[in-house]
Amino acid sequence: MKKIAGIIAIVLALGACKLNSNKTLPIYGNREPVTKVVNGQTVSDTIYQTIPPIKFINQYGDSISNKNLDGKIYVADFFFTTCPSICPIMQRNMLNVYNAYKNTEDVKILSYTIDPKHDSVKVLKQYADKLEVSGNMWWFLQGKKEETYQLAEKNYLVAVKSDSTAAGGFIHQGYFVLIDKKSRIRGAYDGTQANEVNKLIEDIKILKAEKDEQPAK
Amino acid sequence: MKLTITGGIGALFVLVMMAIFTSCQSDEQIEFQRYYSSGSLVYQTHCQNCHGVHGEGLLGLIPPLTDSVFLKTNRKALACMVKHGVKGKITIKNKVFEGTMPPNDLSPVEIANVLTYITNSFGNKSGAVTNEQAAIDLGKCH
Repeated sequence: MKKIAGIIAIVLALGACKLNSNKTLPIYGNREPVTKVVNGQTVSDTIYQTIPPIKFINQYGDSISNKNLDGKIYVADFFFTTCPSICPIMQRNMLNVYNAYKNTEDVKILSYTIDPKHDSVKVLKQYADKLEVSGNMWWFLQGKKEETYQLAEKNYLVAVKSDSTAAGGFIHQGYFVLIDKKSRIRGAYDGTQANEVNKLIEDIKILKAEKDEQPAK
Repeated sequence: MKLTITGGIGALFVLVMMAIFTSCQSDEQIEFQRYYSSGSLVYQTHCQNCHGVHGEGLLGLIPPLTDSVFLKTNRKALACMVKHGVKGKITIKNKVFEGTMPPNDLSPVEIANVLTYITNSFGNKSGAVTNEQAAIDLGKCH
């Protein structure tokens, strides 16, 4: 009898553990505490770093702004179509993200080209076709070079730069950056490592389950 | 008693034959293994990112290395393709690929190794590409 009670206790304990494992993801970037007066009471709040408004063109020639990303979770990365080094393995791993979520409304992938001079809309479309990417889940985006670089370094916190001595003419990091529905950075994963990308695929589930709390303003 | 001795001699004979047989195979086998395992390392460093762990390529972007017929018909051109890269259209497994494979700064020995690995992995099986053969092939690059 005691044994049974022991087993029940263990099962309960394990169950409790499972209940407590409602994981959340950290919020990255700079944050700023603010105090404001609401209904005569002083409340403090935190303003998190968010991705600023963007204006880019996708592989279909459509203009893409943050309006298209409202309420969407998305994964961003930086690449160029003629990249000989880390891009193929990044795209191979990104295809796993694509295949995991291509039928869901609220998840997107944004691949920004860091070589907009070569990677025209037409080139990006051909590239997408070769990767057998269709529909509007995965966008390959082209914009002004300086804006793309600014966005990468200041906002997505990924280092990119032109360098004629590097393979293909650019240096860049292969991070996949996870952005939540409120444009906040919630994770960065090494896109060249399959196990990190598997974690990203799992983490998107956590974001999808996140309740829409009060906007952090 | 006699039976045991005959049996013993018989067993000994079999053992000796096996030893001779395996040692005969070894020289060639060991050489092949040396090419193959060194080639596997070269592959991991220089080829795998694009062509994949299993030589599967990447959809319409990067051709797979599983086309045994292509590898056989172009056997003598492979060393130059690795060394100087490939540009333009290429048909692999009835699929047309267009793009650029960058040149690889590899020594003839490394090229022999990696070609031995590729032409004997991913369902391919066509024996070692020796250092001598790779050097000859490289001498004929355009």
